[in-house]
Amino acid sequence: MKENNKKALLVLEDGKFFEGYSFGAEGETSGEVVFNTSMMGYQEILTDPSYKGQIVTMTYPLIGNYGVNNEDFESPKPWVEGFIVREYSKVHSNWRAKKSLDEFLKKHEIIGIEGIDTRALTRHIRVQGAMKGVISTTDKDIDNLVKKAKSCPGVIGQDLVKDVSCKKNWSWKKEGTYKVVVIDCGVKYSILREIARFNCKVEVVPARTEAEEIMKFQPDGVIFSNGPGDPSAIPYVVETAKKLIGKLPIFGICLGHQVLGQALGGKTYKLKFGHHGGNHPVKDLRTGKIAITVQNHGFCVDIDSLPEEVEITHINLYDNTLEGIRHKELPLFSVQFHPEASPGPHDATYLFQQFFELITKENQHA
Amino acid sequence: MPKREDIKKILIIGSGPIVISQACEFDYSGTQACKALREEGYEVILINSNPATIMTDPEMSDRTYIEPITPEVVELIIKKERPDALLPTLGGQTGLNVGAILAKKGILKRYGVEMIGADYKTISKAEDRKLFRGCVQKIGLRVPRSSLAYNMQEARRVAKKIGFPVIIRPSFTLGGTGGGVAYNIDEFEEIAARGIESSMISEILIEESVIGWKEYELEVMRDKKDNVVIICSIENIDPMGIHTGDSITCAPAQTLTDKEYQNMRDAAIKIIREIGVETGGSNIQFAINPENGEMVVIEMNPRVSRSSALASKATGFPIAKIAAKLAVGYTLDELPNDITRETPACFEPTIDYCVVKIPRFTFEKFPGTDPTLTTSMKSVGEAMAIGRTFKEALQKGLRSLEIGIDGLVDPPYIPQEQLIQKLTVPNADRILYIGHALRRGMSVEKINELTKIDPWFLYNIKEIVEMEKRIENSDKAGEKEFVDILREAKRYGFSDSQIAKILGKDETYVRGIRRKKRIKPVYKLVDTCAAEFEAYTPYFYSTYETEREG
Repeated sequence: MKENNKKALLVLEDGKFFEGYSFGAEGETSGEVVFNTSMMGYQEILTDPSYKGQIVTMTYPLIGNYGVNNEDFESPKPWVEGFIVREYSKVHSNWRAKKSLDEFLKKHEIIGIEGIDTRALTRHIRVQGAMKGVISTTDKDIDNLVKKAKSCPGVIGQDLVKDVSCKKNWSWKKEGTYKVVVIDCGVKYSILREIARFNCKVEVVPARTEAEEIMKFQPDGVIFSNGPGDPSAIPYVVETAKKLIGKLPIFGICLGHQVLGQALGGKTYKLKFGHHGGNHPVKDLRTGKIAITVQNHGFCVDIDSLPEEVEITHINLYDNTLEGIRHKELPLFSVQFHPEASPGPHDATYLFQQFFELITKENQHA
Repeated sequence: MPKREDIKKILIIGSGPIVISQACEFDYSGTQACKALREEGYEVILINSNPATIMTDPEMSDRTYIEPITPEVVELIIKKERPDALLPTLGGQTGLNVGAILAKKGILKRYGVEMIGADYKTISKAEDRKLFRGCVQKIGLRVPRSSLAYNMQEARRVAKKIGFPVIIRPSFTLGGTGGGVAYNIDEFEEIAARGIESSMISEILIEESVIGWKEYELEVMRDKKDNVVIICSIENIDPMGIHTGDSITCAPAQTLTDKEYQNMRDAAIKIIREIGVETGGSNIQFAINPENGEMVVIEMNPRVSRSSALASKATGFPIAKIAAKLAVGYTLDELPNDITRETPACFEPTIDYCVVKIPRFTFEKFPGTDPTLTTSMKSVGEAMAIGRTFKEALQKGLRSLEIGIDGLVDPPYIPQEQLIQKLTVPNADRILYIGHALRRGMSVEKINELTKIDPWFLYNIKEIVEMEKRIENSDKAGEKEFVDILREAKRYGFSDSQIAKILGKDETYVRGIRRKKRIKPVYKLVDTCAAEFEAYTPYFYSTYETEREG
């Protein structure tokens, strides 16, 4: 028992449940329960729009230690449906901290649960696969909560991009040599930061923006961003991709990579419990070099479904799944992992350099 | 790149006698290396002057020389055995120093012996403070302001320029021996003279003091293809000014955001590349200003170190074994992670527990020694504990020290002035006096001001102290509430005897209630991957959670 702490329940759709204590906002929430193995970086994880629709468990047990600061945001607000930790640290200590994680979650009405055996939960998900769940501080009836978990929409076939994409165009950086349009499927600020470093103008457009509209910007390159959920639920972005492929340099990241995979004729499938963390080794097949990468995806492009003209450039050394592709003739490449890191290692930021070089090269041809 | 076929016979230098700063950790790493190389079919020749080690057991090498580890003796062995390669990075500082001398004197070249793991140039760049500073500054990182001195006259001039307090670090010594912190000229005269004396090349570095800054270490590994991974981050609970070997430390780092940690990671990777450690492990130390996050690089060990042994145990990643295999040409992606079997060793372990290491001191065996903790190592051993919370790991660690305490117990009462002294001047019992000060009502802020220990750790210690109060008052609670408190206390790492003493009962009474109420430890795996993959190594720690894995 903890002093002055309200009880909370986490109930999974298969009936497994965990009793813990409430932190952050109180109430009830549901979503797909996934685990993230990063030991640091909860602020970035919480504010990553790719987590829309998901309740995130941190496998590292001590969370909240360094509070929340004003800089490490990946979007204006947290998007997770709920947050699960082993021990929420009531005190935070860091020279940049502005508020506690608890205050931050309360402010943004994110429901958290702490004090549960997160390793047992993680093992359960690893064995049984990602599943839907409910966190509640109000309902104590397990059967009832199982029903609620079962009936929540989850992520398969759900268009979650529409909830997180910007509503209208905006500029991240107005000045620069080249212009890059970023199709916002739930973009992380770090992607915008990384590309802006190459002295590019960066325009961000809603995911529903059509190819013709994008071309009106006269961009030198297009990035299909990361985002939440199932690529099959956003055929309109795949259509845009089909129309843009071959017209200008294209770079896809995470969901953007899956969109490009589909646009090129490949198929996507759901992974058992996804990849969420900052320690997956990915091999660049062209150089043989390995990058420790940041991963956050539940779906994956099927290697065998890709057509002849697509070259496989990166694979995951953990499970040999597809991590990167390149078109053999057209100026296009994409990766499943997150070269912008945040949180996680910076080993793969070289891909932004490569995209910039691709833009430069195409411009010289033109 | 598969293993090298041009090498058949490898000479490994052990670490010799057990001394302060160089103990059984290096027997552990050397043993791992011998096994790893023999497993690959290499002929292993070993020199170690200490027969009371595992690595000198008959089955560990093809031939073992129990002889003094001096350049002269090693030369004779080389002459007789004619090995193809010398691996100097697994026998602590002794192995590295002897390897460096043999290279410098041209002995290795004369006999056609290749130094693998780290070559002479690399060792010099990492160990020679002047060269190291130059390398670090070249890649845009900051080191504390400092200058070298070779005699007392120079030393005084430097100290005057930098201003007190200053740190004195002799070059090429064991465990920082002969070094220290000088707060005034009198102390400086003594420490600087001793430092010049103890340095193999009569060289000392006089350095801007970053005493009180937060101290971190990263364990880094690199292979021939330039793949670099961080095995573990370690945060020293005791701030800068206390030798890492004498500090209470924990893994992973607790009070860094990802941005700050990645900044440190990037720096570590740049350093290992610039220094040129081609293959194997290194330990790199950083200090961070708690006021503004400014980071300085402190030092690097271009070899398997005491911290590597800790990082191996803490993560399940066998650093010495992998380092040995990288030295003979394998790359990280070619080696399997023994624990998961299916994934490669080219990854960064992620852990789902907290590890605390606590040094063990035996000042009673060294009468006349100043028990103040400084930059010279004084501890003779250490205990490492794993828990799901910092509190649990800390208390398990304390009772593992075998000094007759069963957790964060209350030390003997001392007057306020003495207490302030105990907190301000680092000493072996400081951790217990922090608890004592909290029990006496001193605030976390005040203790932080006196000890410079990060408030996050102090607050966790405060939670332990608060739990004592709750246990004490639990007789007033109902049975259900009492059981809940008991369960939570176990999760805070309280032993039954600790709880019994607080309740004024017998240890068997507490155990009896636990049995009856099914408050039992479960065993969880150390698996390198936070349960993301199935693990096969039977390597467990106990904790009070719901699921048993063993």
